[in-house]
Amino acid sequence: MLTFIAKRLVQSIVVMLTVALIAFSLFRYVGDPINNMVGQDTTLEQREELKERLGLNDSFLVQFGRFAVNAAQGNFGFSYQHRRPVSDLIAERLPATLELSLVSAFLAMAIGIPMGVYTAIRRNSWLSHSFMTMSLVGISLPTFLIGILLILLFGVVLRWLPTFGRGEVVQLGWWSTGLLTASGLKSLIMPAITLALFQMTLIMRLVRSEMLEVMRTDFVKFARARGLAERYVNFVVALKNTMVPVITITGLQLGSIIAFAIITESVFQWPGMGLLFIQAVGNVDIPIMAAYLVLIAFFFVVINLIVDMLYVVVDPRLRVDSAGGH
Amino acid sequence: MAEVTAQNTQKSWLARAADSDLWYSFCRSPVTIVSAILTVLFFVSAIFANWIAPHNPFDLASISIMDASLPPAWMEGSDPRFWLGTDDQGRDIFSTIIFGARISLFVGFASVIFSMILGISLGLISGYVGGRLDAFIMRVADIQLSFPAILIALLIDGVARGVLPRDMHQDLVFYVLIFAIGISGWVQYARTVRGSTLVEKNKEYVQAARVIGIGPLIILWRHILPNVMGPVLVIATIHLAIAVITEATLSFLGVGVPPTTPSLGTLIRIGNDFLFSGEWWITIFPGIALVLLVLAINLLGDWLRDALNPKLR
Amino acid sequence: MKADVEKQSLLTIEGMRVEFPSRRGHVVAVERLDLTVEPGEILGIVGESGAGKSTIGNAVIGLLEPPGEMTEGTILLKGDRIDHLDEAAQRKIRGARIGMIFQDPLTSLDPLQTIERQLVDTIQRHLNLGEAEARSRAVDLLDQVGIPDPAVRIAQYPHQFSGGMRQRVVIALALCADPEMVIADEPTTALDVSVQAQILDLMKALCRDRQVGMILITHDMGVISETADRVAVMYRGRVVETGTTQQIMSKPNHDYTKSLISAVPRPDKRLKRFPLVTYIEDAEERPEGLNLATHWLGKVREEHKLTGNLVELKDAHMRFITRHSLFPSRRLYLDAVKDVSFAIQPGEVFGLVGESGSGKSTIARMITGIYKPSGGTITFDGTDMTALESRAAAAPFRRQMQMIFQDPFSSLNPRMRVEDIIEEPIHFHKMAYDQQEATQIMHDLLDVVGLGSQAARKFPHEFSGGQRQRISIARALATRPRFLICDEPTSALDVSIQAQVLNLLKDLQSELNLTMLFISHDLPVIRQVCDRVGVMRHGQLLEVAPTETLFTDPQHDYTKHLLKLMPKFRGFRMPELET
Repeated sequence: MLTFIAKRLVQSIVVMLTVALIAFSLFRYVGDPINNMVGQDTTLEQREELKERLGLNDSFLVQFGRFAVNAAQGNFGFSYQHRRPVSDLIAERLPATLELSLVSAFLAMAIGIPMGVYTAIRRNSWLSHSFMTMSLVGISLPTFLIGILLILLFGVVLRWLPTFGRGEVVQLGWWSTGLLTASGLKSLIMPAITLALFQMTLIMRLVRSEMLEVMRTDFVKFARARGLAERYVNFVVALKNTMVPVITITGLQLGSIIAFAIITESVFQWPGMGLLFIQAVGNVDIPIMAAYLVLIAFFFVVINLIVDMLYVVVDPRLRVDSAGGH
Repeated sequence: MAEVTAQNTQKSWLARAADSDLWYSFCRSPVTIVSAILTVLFFVSAIFANWIAPHNPFDLASISIMDASLPPAWMEGSDPRFWLGTDDQGRDIFSTIIFGARISLFVGFASVIFSMILGISLGLISGYVGGRLDAFIMRVADIQLSFPAILIALLIDGVARGVLPRDMHQDLVFYVLIFAIGISGWVQYARTVRGSTLVEKNKEYVQAARVIGIGPLIILWRHILPNVMGPVLVIATIHLAIAVITEATLSFLGVGVPPTTPSLGTLIRIGNDFLFSGEWWITIFPGIALVLLVLAINLLGDWLRDALNPKLR
Repeated sequence: MKADVEKQSLLTIEGMRVEFPSRRGHVVAVERLDLTVEPGEILGIVGESGAGKSTIGNAVIGLLEPPGEMTEGTILLKGDRIDHLDEAAQRKIRGARIGMIFQDPLTSLDPLQTIERQLVDTIQRHLNLGEAEARSRAVDLLDQVGIPDPAVRIAQYPHQFSGGMRQRVVIALALCADPEMVIADEPTTALDVSVQAQILDLMKALCRDRQVGMILITHDMGVISETADRVAVMYRGRVVETGTTQQIMSKPNHDYTKSLISAVPRPDKRLKRFPLVTYIEDAEERPEGLNLATHWLGKVREEHKLTGNLVELKDAHMRFITRHSLFPSRRLYLDAVKDVSFAIQPGEVFGLVGESGSGKSTIARMITGIYKPSGGTITFDGTDMTALESRAAAAPFRRQMQMIFQDPFSSLNPRMRVEDIIEEPIHFHKMAYDQQEATQIMHDLLDVVGLGSQAARKFPHEFSGGQRQRISIARALATRPRFLICDEPTSALDVSIQAQVLNLLKDLQSELNLTMLFISHDLPVIRQVCDRVGVMRHGQLLEVAPTETLFTDPQHDYTKHLLKLMPKFRGFRMPELET
């Protein structure tokens, strides 16, 4: 088991290095970093001097090494557009995105998993059929359109909820939270639903198909043939076996919620990292793009590690070095 | 028994298709028939947009600012020439939807084909060759899978903006978009094809081909590929829906197709600015068209998956 | 039999009919079925695939796969009607009064729960026992089914048990609540012969000691003859005959039973041909006698007048890596074949016998070049095949050796027509001048294997298992090979079809003077087909001897052990074939 975790750790580091390499290549070779820092009137000598000072004449490996070390310390240089350290910009906006993503992820799982289980167990009830139809509509509705429709209904027609921004926020140290004020919570409702809806339908459909798969196995049939209660067969035998694949995909989905927030943030003008990123793409603000990429990869790696550990908890076959003959 | 099979082989392929389980399940599902008709309508009107659309929104001579922001035909102050109303520049919404759907479908289709070719090839190689190459391809796939398609497409678009000069970027925008959406979708194909290839390559018909002495390329092409195409078709259908959504989202975010040749996403983006001033139709009708198109394709994909995998029913 | 005597039967099935509605009309899986089982009795239900055997078991415990439905008849358990009960009542019978044992022990147990949890939950479901009592009962049960150290092993997960041990756990689970009746559906089919015998003995002893009635569903006449007290023979959904095992085996009445029994390969005596099964409907006979002087298969065969061996293995070794690691010391290897040497002479049928995992099939794949040996040499017709570098260099040899595989359902590409399947090797080795000649050869081959040329345009799924195996044979013959490898060619087939396919192989072997490597786990089949036999275990070749010598005077202990386990089935024989 320790070797399993150690192996995963090594893999995670490889992933992070790969992503850092891509981010570095973006930073170094897309657009000219010097041009983006200096004005038109800078002389060639000044440029050369700046280049030397920034270490842009060093070998590729040295430059990449420096980039990686800096990145590991959260230092991604200056934004071309905002003329401020990228790390400051991200630190300001990280809480907004994380709050939105976590609330959405919770919504998506808390509703998606029970719905998936229900539609798998009561496969032919009318409620299951309507869930399935709704889920198809759910994955057919682009996130931005859900946002627009919600704004139209609750913001423009009914005027119940604010249509943009985070509302009032409270500072807890460097973390700004909108969860403690009424206006902050009201502002969160529409973006959170918008972001959760697509993930929720995905999770529901996934849980359903995995569970149906498990219900066809011999051991479920054998459990039935032993007269075990339907509830026991469904929840103790089938659901537990469903959890292994579900954990993986849900983990992946959580990672993508943070990135999917780009769309939601841009519809609701939510002041998070996604909005920062989309503006950076429009303005070719490479340091922000690179930093965002590395950050998303980091979230992914952390979530994956947690998923792997959960695996070991759920599936005894992975606890390889536990005693026992064959 | 012997007689029945003899008759079967003499029938034409059309008769056999009509007799197949796929066609049977198709006929028994009214929802599927409706979605198929809807999809075909979209495709036909997209292909023949120049003849079907009542106005040409790109013909500057025919549009007049006088007709700007007219509501749909059943509302007050409308003009019967424009039954879904006009946008802020006086373009007919109905016609722009048809032309917009054309762009959306074109970009979607091209991206799917690009993804499919890339994904199938890598999946076949990965599954058949195995070893380090397989491990490498699948690791890349894993890493990419951690980034949603939309993020990858955005990054590629951002890079293209940085690398290409501005005017060149304008010319190449469709190719950049197709590449961006296409490259973000190959993983699904590759994983599925790899999985099926791992199963198929250990089946005895592949071993029989190897015993005959046939080389790996021909085995992949003639024996394995036809047997892994079933799930690929399902993925391709659902991926078409995703590609259309991705294109619309990129265009909505302002990094997709240029406003001069609007797709459905661009139309929704343009209309979004007028949402608060009450001109909802500029956004809502393209939105409905987009959802109908995507929903129809998704329903088809869903049916296809169940029909090709009878044990799921 | 008097009515009151009948009432005392443990299980009575009367007039059962099970239908599976489908789009092309109702499929009747079982009809007009009457059966009884007495306490302590083992009733064997035997029949070939599709005869409806398993449907009976599922119907009795009320677990028919939807949309299947029992439309007629009654099932009585000690006089209580148990058909058409509601779900709750059904569950009180399942496990509590009727236990069930399935075929594959590897998939029958929940992989995520300990054996203890599964046993205790099942016991507590049916018996009113506390946790500790239930646990001690579970340990007792494991002890009774022969699991060593039950108190320790009960805490383990299924993946920590071997296949045979898992089947013992499955039996313990079926016996949790002291059921009056057990239904075992092919309980030993997935197990090796030596384990099979132990499990059957265990089930026999348990039935006798606990006075449990058992329905034993199987396709294997040998299992029936050694285990069952009475037998019901099924054919296409109906019982054609019932009687005591003794009576059915020695004096069967029904023609189908006669055919079925006579088709089982005899372990005790080699026959020239298998008795022809006349009752089976898709029996196809090939045109009598092949005129090699005129037939394509007889043309220009490169007969080097070979004096030595056709195939020779010297210290052939095959090592697979089962765990990859950067560090060589952490890698794990599996030596599937360990330094095996043997030689096959021209025109000979050489047999390889052994249990699963003994390396038999790996040897076949090494000879044909699917695997590259990690050591030793393999010589074909005097040429060292392991020294040939390119595929092109090996091609002329590939052409001369072909292979027939085990699973008729996966050995043909489902997307290709039969004509394309058979013509592929012809085109690949450029054995025909034009398409017309290739078509002609393909038609001839289909005739030779007894399918006829109308099969050419069809797809594999339109054929039965036996017919598919004939297509495989036609494909293998398409390159006019001198050497044919048969890897368990009949073990996936019903016994009656097996007889036909083996007859075909024997005929072709003698007519074409083929050299054959025949791989099987089935000793009686080996005895009927092979001239010399090698016995394998754990990748090693233990003994090679002429067939008759091996069966009458085995040298190695393992060979003796295998022969002892061989089913002693000596059934009915058609007298005219006793030559």
